This record gives sequence, C-alpha cells and structure tokens, in this order.
Amino acid sequence: MEITARRFKKNAAEALADAQLQRAMGHVRSGFIDKRTKAAAKLPEFDRLRDIGRDIKNHALAHLDLYLEAYEEKTVAAGGHVHYAADAAEARAIVLDICTAAGARTVTKGKSMISEEIDLNAHLEKNGITPVETDLGEYIIQLRGETPSHIIAPAVHVNKDQVEADFRKVHTHLPADRDLSEPTMLLDEARQVLRERFLAADVGITGANFLIAETGTSIIVTNEGNGDLTQTLPKTHIVVASIDKIVPTLEDVTTLLRLLARSATGQEMSVYTTFSTGPRRADDLDGPENYHVVILDNGRSDMLASEMREALRCIRCGACMNHCPVYHAVGGHAYGNVYPGPIGAVMAPALFGLKKTAPLPNASTFCGRCEEVCPMRIPLPGLMRHWREKEFEQHLTPATQRYGLAVWAFVAKRPALYRLMTGLGMGVLRMRAGKRGRLSALPFAGGWTKYRDMPAPEAGTFMSQYRKSGRGDKS
Amino acid sequence: MSGRDQVLGKIRRSLGVSSDDGARRAKVASRMKRAAPSLIPARGQVPEPQKIDLFCEQAEAVMSSVTRVSGRAGVPAAIADYLRQHNLPSQIRTGADPRLAGLPWETAPHLERSDGASDGNDAVGVSHAFAGVAETGSLMMTSGPDNPTTLNFLPDSHIVVLSAGDIAGDYETVWTNIRKQYGKGIMPRTVNMITGPSRSADIEQTLLLGAHGPRALHIIVVEDDG
Repeated sequence: MEITARRFKKNAAEALADAQLQRAMGHVRSGFIDKRTKAAAKLPEFDRLRDIGRDIKNHALAHLDLYLEAYEEKTVAAGGHVHYAADAAEARAIVLDICTAAGARTVTKGKSMISEEIDLNAHLEKNGITPVETDLGEYIIQLRGETPSHIIAPAVHVNKDQVEADFRKVHTHLPADRDLSEPTMLLDEARQVLRERFLAADVGITGANFLIAETGTSIIVTNEGNGDLTQTLPKTHIVVASIDKIVPTLEDVTTLLRLLARSATGQEMSVYTTFSTGPRRADDLDGPENYHVVILDNGRSDMLASEMREALRCIRCGACMNHCPVYHAVGGHAYGNVYPGPIGAVMAPALFGLKKTAPLPNASTFCGRCEEVCPMRIPLPGLMRHWREKEFEQHLTPATQRYGLAVWAFVAKRPALYRLMTGLGMGVLRMRAGKRGRLSALPFAGGWTKYRDMPAPEAGTFMSQYRKSGRGDKS
Repeated sequence: MSGRDQVLGKIRRSLGVSSDDGARRAKVASRMKRAAPSLIPARGQVPEPQKIDLFCEQAEAVMSSVTRVSGRAGVPAAIADYLRQHNLPSQIRTGADPRLAGLPWETAPHLERSDGASDGNDAVGVSHAFAGVAETGSLMMTSGPDNPTTLNFLPDSHIVVLSAGDIAGDYETVWTNIRKQYGKGIMPRTVNMITGPSRSADIEQTLLLGAHGPRALHIIVVEDDG
C-alpha cells in the first residue's frame, strides 16, 4: 500500500468528518475494552503471566539467530522448506516462485499482516494469480479495494449496510431480490461463496502467530476456521512470518496463548489454535503436500540493536489500539500505513523510515493506556518519545515548531526571565479575557481555541503563590 | 550471500554476538531440552471429578454442547440422539480411529457410517480427541488417518468423542503426553486446539456462529470406561 502517514493530520481531519466511519468506530469504543477487562479479571494470574510472557520474548529475541536455526532444522526435518527474505521484495518474489512452480491460478489466504506489509496481493495479481482473502473481515475489505483498519478486526470501519451493498455488487450470480437484512445472512452468503474458493484453490497462504523452535511448528489463531481450510485443502501451504515470531518451546507458546485472546477479543482462547509441522505425512488422508515458510526480516534485525527491540515482543493482539483515544477518534486508515494505533506509531518508522511516517509517533496523547494493557508490557509511549527525539535530531519537525521549542528552551533555562515572562503573560491573558474570564482566540494556538475557549488564569503563577506561602526560595 | 546468511548475519550484528559462542548455544539447547512449564493457572488444577465438571462447564461457556455418557458402549446411541434432536441426517463420516471403529455401532442401526477425509459433502463429522483441557474447555485433535483434519472443519456439525481420562487440567500436560506418543521435539502434522464452534465478529463486532468451520460442536465425554 501507499504510505500516506505524512498526511496524518489531513487523514485525521477527513476521518473525523466521515459519518459512516464515526458510527463504525463506536463498536470499538464499546466492545473491546469491556471484554478484555472481564477476561483479565477472570484469570487471577493474568498480570504475572504478562511478566513471564515479556521475559519469554526477551529471551527469544536475545537468542534469535540460534532459535531461527533450530526452528529451520526441525521444519526441514519434518519435510518443510524454509526461505529467508531480507525485505518485502524478496518475500514477494519467493512466494510468487512457489506459486508459479505449483501452477497456481487461485490462492486462498488466511488473515496475515505480514502479507499486507509486503503488499502480496497486488504482486500476485500483477502476475496473473488471483488471491482470495477468506477471513470475513479481509474478504469484505478486499471487495472494497481497501486495506485493514485494525490488525485483528480488519473491517471494523465498515457498517453492515455497506457490506450488504458490496455483496450485492459483487455476488451477481445470486438472486437480486435475496434478503440480506440480517448479519447472519451476510455471513452465510460469504460462507457459501468462499467454500467454493477454498475447494478450488491451488495454494493456501497464511501468516503465523508464532513459530516454535523446539518442534519446527507454525501456529495460526483464528475464530472462523478460514485459516485451517486455507492451509489444509490446497496442495501447497505457504506460511509468511516475520523473524520476531519465534518462541523456544511449546510451553513458552502456551503462556503467550493464555495472553493473546484475552488481550485481543476478551476470549479465554480463540476457537482455532492450529499447530502445523511440515507437509502431509505418508499415511495422511488430507493436508498439503508441500509446506513452505517464508521468514521476513524487513528492518526488524535493525530494531534488535536499539531500544526498539522491545516493540518486537508484540504478539499483535490489538489491545493498544482498542484502548487508544486517538485510534478511537480517527480509525486505522488515517495512520496511512499497514500498522495503525500505538504499535503502528512505533513500528511504522522502523519499517518504512521516519521520513515517511514522522507524524505517527506524535499521534498520541501519551495517556499511557496502551502500555497499561499491552500483554507484552511494551513501553509504547516511551518508544514513541524515542521517535519524536529522532525526528527532532533529524530536523524533520516543522521550522515553526523547532523555533518555538528553541525559544522555550532559552527562557526555561533562565528562571528569573521565565518567571518574569510567565507573570507578564498571565497578566496579559487576564486582561484580554475581560469579565467573561475566557479567551476565544490565542496567538499560535488557533487550532486549540477553534474548538473551545481557554479559561483565563485566575491567580498568579505557581512560583509566585509558592513564594507568598512563605516556603519558597526567596532569591 | 544467501538470504539466510544475510538475515542471520544482520541479527547477529545487531545483537553483537558471534555464531560460535558456545555458552549461548548451550543455553538455547538446554531451554528447548527442558521445555519447562512456567506459571500454570490454578483454575484447572483440581481433582479428577471436578476437572471433568470444569471441562464441561468451560466447553458450554464457549457454546459447545456436551453429553456425558457412562461407558464407551453408549456413544453410538448418544450420536444418534444428537442427530435426531437437531434434525440432522443419520450419516456420519469418521476416520480410522480404532477407538471409534470398535464401538458397538449395532446399537444405533439407522446410523450410516463412511470412512475417510471429508471433501466438503459431509453434513456431520465424528472424530476422537487426543485430549481435552479443562482450563478453557478446549479439545486437542491430532491429524492422521485416524482422525483426518478435514473432519474438524468441513462438515456443518462436528461431533467429538473424548475420554474423560484424557481431560487434562492444563495444556502443558497435553504437550507432555504428545511428546510421550510422538517423541521429544516431534509433532504430528497438525494439532488443532478447538475451543467452541466457528464464529466471527467481523460485521459490526456482533458475534455470529458458523463462519467457515462447523456451525455446531458437540462433545461426547465418555466416563467410567473400565
């Protein structure tokens, strides 16, 4: 997808004015938060499991090279193939080669953010292969020519009547007067249409929630079962996964699974957690004959060298965006890259460059809810602050902002001048506010006063009051 | 340089490590060898009869239905009852699992059985679970000719037979048993952990059952199987 993160402000303004989107975002605000809170409360060990989960991922990342080697050895021993891709272009080429060798014309797909990251569908289409998204949400946005606006609920920005209109437009082989007024009818129609695609596909592509080094196993977690039909029915199964998905053992992954669904949808466990190790065995009656895993780096190995390593603990539950007031207000598309919300604001600069994504680490109120709910205890506001500092260092911030900060720093470093100026400033503000005691316009703060008045300061500055109380430093 | 060497090389440079560091290798090898459980929630750590109750309770909480039968001989009749109650055809598809093949099917004479994987034309699949997990009411299914994976996903209704003795308190116990059966570090091609029937909340976050997998999941727990 085209990275439009630089236009975040414009994207956000458009999102705020989009009535359909605002209606849809109501479901995020009301649904996810309660469900997660209840699920966490039902498991007394939840917070301790978060600490253990964090430690498991830290250990895995610190020994990532060795666990990848072990994972590869086990996968190959089970008859699978492991491919490494340094960047998105390499990953696309590897997947296309496998599809071409399999003589593939249609490819079914389980939901995969890595596939979005490498823009796989467009590449397959360009080469004459039809990709069919099978997760209901992904299917809906594929019909609409959109990208996911949430990492676990890709069509969260779409309302039911929009889905109905899309289905009528695309499923023209079905009677035009059919009833689609209920969500179950839409679900049944998608089930029926996609069932045929599952059975006809030549290759199935899924992502992976985890890769287990001990056993050479890839794991997918779904509620619909679409990932399983995608990977079980065609002759070839391709897994696309990034390097950070590695965990050492079955026990380690179990701890992470206890955190994943509870943090994501508030379920205790998702419906289908599937552990896949290699292709069809000699006596198997079903399953893919070929099993390939494409392991993608795409900038992640660089993240290991800095404090950004912490972001690689992410298990993609979506809790950070579900709890983010900015995400709630503007939805996922405004972020203008594959990963929205707080984790997106941290990942996007690492993956696509700060120059293209600089507004994202600023798209946060630093309220800290994301860090509070992150099952992997990723210090998301801290990492956003890291990017803000880098942005300043690299002179990517606008000149007015840099100039303003420089002026503020000059004054703040001189306490006497600072007190004089704040004292004067407050006097002026009080005078300008008049009897109403409110200001409806302020220099340099038009964006703020456009939506509300600024109350005039009532008493003196903190320092002057402190001095009056007789406890301050009298210098 | 191959993609593999390039990626592993970059990771090592970022971590500031070399590939011949014996201490690191030993640490990683020992962690995988020990495969130690970490914190196991107390919920599933209850004595036998409560564990079965907990499994049934948790399974029903995720919208599976559960029948408990006393003795394996009651399974065919329990399957026939379920099909009748839900107006389903008396035709089931199973794998070659001897625990299913050896059931007294003559006790349910109207039931038609066929063997093998599913091609999508079966209304009802019947499988035998490797284990159940009381903690979340989850089933653990292993692939192979005994219980082909397609039976777990293609039929509209999935009936799973589970021995009460195979109900574990936690997933970790099941991993131990899988290692016992398949060998350390070896897995069957597929292990499906199934927690309820298929569902989706992708339309306006409203939960609906029967997305792509089975619309209904029925579990028959076999107790007192002397």
